[in-house]
Amino acid sequence: METLIRAENLSKLYFINTGKTFRKTKFTAVNDVSFSIGKGEVFGLVGESGCGKSTLALLLLRLANASSGSIYYKDVDISELSYGAMRKYRKNLQVVFQDPYDSLDPRFSLEQIMEEPLKIHHYRDKGSRRDLIVKMFSSVGLGSELLKRYPHQLSGGQRQRLCIARSLILSPEFLVCDEAVAALDVSVQAQILNLLLDLKDEFNLTYLFISHNLSVVKFVSDRIGVMYFGNLVEMADTEELFRNVRHPYTAALLSASPDPDPESTKQREILGSGVPSIINPPSGCVFHPRCKYADEHCSREAPVLRDIGGDHLIACHKADMVKDGGARA
Amino acid sequence: MRELLRNKFIVIGGSIILIIVIIVVFAPMLTKYDYGAIDLPNKQQAPNAEHIMGTDAYGRDVWCRIVYGGRISLTVAICSTAIAMVFGTLLGTLSGYISGTLDFVLGRIVDVMMAFPMLLLSLIIGIALGSSTRNMFFSIGIPIIPMFYRLSRATTMSIKERSFVTAARSMGSSRWRLILRHIIPNVLPYILVIMSSAMGGAILAESSLGFLGYGIPLPTPSWGLIVNDGRSFMFTYPWTTAFSGAFIALTILGFNLLGDGLRDHMDPKIRTAAR
Repeated sequence: METLIRAENLSKLYFINTGKTFRKTKFTAVNDVSFSIGKGEVFGLVGESGCGKSTLALLLLRLANASSGSIYYKDVDISELSYGAMRKYRKNLQVVFQDPYDSLDPRFSLEQIMEEPLKIHHYRDKGSRRDLIVKMFSSVGLGSELLKRYPHQLSGGQRQRLCIARSLILSPEFLVCDEAVAALDVSVQAQILNLLLDLKDEFNLTYLFISHNLSVVKFVSDRIGVMYFGNLVEMADTEELFRNVRHPYTAALLSASPDPDPESTKQREILGSGVPSIINPPSGCVFHPRCKYADEHCSREAPVLRDIGGDHLIACHKADMVKDGGARA
Repeated sequence: MRELLRNKFIVIGGSIILIIVIIVVFAPMLTKYDYGAIDLPNKQQAPNAEHIMGTDAYGRDVWCRIVYGGRISLTVAICSTAIAMVFGTLLGTLSGYISGTLDFVLGRIVDVMMAFPMLLLSLIIGIALGSSTRNMFFSIGIPIIPMFYRLSRATTMSIKERSFVTAARSMGSSRWRLILRHIIPNVLPYILVIMSSAMGGAILAESSLGFLGYGIPLPTPSWGLIVNDGRSFMFTYPWTTAFSGAFIALTILGFNLLGDGLRDHMDPKIRTAAR
């Protein structure tokens, strides 16, 4: 498979005020993440809130600048491009955000919202712009009679369809869905997910699908990456990951996802001690304070991502002990 | 245009301003007196058929002075507020959007400006530039800049974090397009609200400068000056102050309504609900 987008040792540090004058503390939002997404693939990214999923997406799209590492789009290193030079690549790299209420300019009518990307990329003819918009609207299931409306007159689902339409109108190759369905009702979530999968075939898209909802990610993804505390801890094909969980964090994540069977006697694995402090991260493996397999080695040395066969990558010293961890989930 | 006229605030506020502007523009046709002509035997008359708003302590016709004085007061109010609004909003937005060094430098300059009492700053600028009507706009406008700067900076900082701005960036929007199309239109409603109070402040500032002798050169009247003329006799003979004060109040009310109306008109939520 041809690689569309590739991240190499991507890191993002933020500096925050700690209340002391002239003393800023750094924290690592994304730590040395490397992965690639093949053309036509749906790559799911899961992890709990604040683990750096969204930051990673912003880095890939150059909406935030990486502290170190590089990003390749079809073998072009886009990580060092200037604001202006990046603009011509933006057409191919689009994003749908989580909150459809916040991601639409309240002062623009639907038509203006849809026209904006076209105007930016110099589609000068008003008539052909209009045709494109009407066509895109029907692709995402919105009626063109809505064009004169404003975002506040739409429902959440309609808004998210509009966001999707806006991001696809420039016919991008790569679409990031950053928690794209999290803000919607469950029934609407299903509609939007199916729409996204249909559009993928219609427009030949590649997705990076970010969510904290495992069942959603399982439903759409070909391959899944699990993030914890800024680190990519496990990555495998969807089927392989759910069949053969090897990282204790992924195992805990799977055991926490709800089971629709009321008779189910699934054992929940409760992680103790909460998420570690971002200012004062744990030594060695970042997961070791919450890990039931952890020993002294884990607190000393951080594990690196290694292939355990079948393109199943994992960053854990104790992977062999977790063999049956996810079997029930 | 028709949508504009559907807004009650815009219609009422606009009419008030329009009427005052007409009165001021056609001043010579509305009065037979000379605004500077002293007529001591007829001083401090209550409103009557000859002098519809009475005469002041020197026997000058108050209505005549008000219609001529409006020329100065209105121009000063509009021009100096416009100067403050344009510079304040532009600098504030840039400062909030770019942040970093520019924000720091501009922020400190504005802090220094705000450390001076507004009137003192006006005086300093006025004296430095020299006395003329055009310089008056700057000496009154510049001290109001911080008001617009602060508000637009704070608003920009909150708006630039919203997803629709990031979305515009991801579409490949240039920085200028981002600021002009997405940020400023969302900052403007807040600016319009303080615009009307700045306008009132400017009229008063002009009169204060006039009172101190650094305003528009005498004998040209301005509303603030007329209020001041009547001030010493306010309890025995309130007419002068009352009428000129009423015109100031009416003008500010007009701009206030107009500002509110425009703000509502720019908000699609309110505009579409009114249909």
